[in-house]
Amino acid sequence: MWNENYKKRYARHLTMPSWNEDAQKKISRAKVLIVGAGGLGSAASLFVAAAGVGTIVIVDSDTVEPSNLNRQVLFTPSDIGASKAEKAGDRLKALNPDCEVLAHDIKVDSENAGDFFKDADVALDCTDGFPNKYLLNDTAVATGTPLAHAGVLAWSGQMFFIEPGKGPCLRCVFPNPPPEGKYPTSETVGILGAVAGMFGSLQAAEAIKFIAGAGERLVGRMLTFDALYMQWQTVKISRDEKCPACGGIKP
Amino acid sequence: MVVTVRLSTPFREVTGGKGEVRSEGGTPAELFDNMENSYPGFKELVFEGEGKIHDYVHIFINGEDYRPLGGLESKLSDGDVVSILFAISGG
Repeated sequence: MWNENYKKRYARHLTMPSWNEDAQKKISRAKVLIVGAGGLGSAASLFVAAAGVGTIVIVDSDTVEPSNLNRQVLFTPSDIGASKAEKAGDRLKALNPDCEVLAHDIKVDSENAGDFFKDADVALDCTDGFPNKYLLNDTAVATGTPLAHAGVLAWSGQMFFIEPGKGPCLRCVFPNPPPEGKYPTSETVGILGAVAGMFGSLQAAEAIKFIAGAGERLVGRMLTFDALYMQWQTVKISRDEKCPACGGIKP
Repeated sequence: MVVTVRLSTPFREVTGGKGEVRSEGGTPAELFDNMENSYPGFKELVFEGEGKIHDYVHIFINGEDYRPLGGLESKLSDGDVVSILFAISGG
């Protein structure tokens, strides 16, 4: 694979500081799990594919709906009613034939999550809904799989990178989710597509950096952005020794 | 002490949509009492019960976790930024 065409395709990576042929080769051998092909997952998967990740596993059980199209840029109006996973797979393969794309039209649940995670080098939480986010967190911790967590709502988003045992997990920061009906959702307060795209792109960047060993990830830091005020914020987060998910893992 | 309070989206239903406000308090406990006076319903979004914040809320003072700083009795100074984050599930 490491031929002249490959070098041309990734030429804009190869001239980056903190990057070299070895880094790109690591990317080409890596396996990234992306759970959710919606607002976050659209951007995340496109940039993971564009970067040349060897194997992309994308999982989503939904079908495309009209209200998705303000942010789920993998899809077009002609995809309405179709399987998100299937269409995502087609788009990613077209974007980058170098990538092996494994698309699964199923719901990740407590029965199958471990199987998806254990083979992945890194996972991206691009899901919608607290049960999904906490399931992915707990599975990442149980399997020792690094996970880029993100959530977006209205004009804002927040994210951090979970490396089990090294930094905080989701439950270290928010031990439990709010009760159903006690929080706003994208149905009630909306979501700006560009914000979902930004955070999906950031998740892709964190995964790529992790695989290549480049830079510093958001381990022990949460990044937030408010597009209404154009305000970025970074806050320090730390492991909770009493965390119900990762408290028992020694550093 | 006059501080800046930055609020995640779920809190903005009681602040008239504002994501950043100024308020007063020498500690987060005092600050939140004043916030409740200005924005009724605020404390219910933050607190599960007396002195205990919800599991899905986290508080930062100038970007630092408030717990090691003294929790709800942390000392605030003029110009501090108190960020109140709510778990977000959208994707």
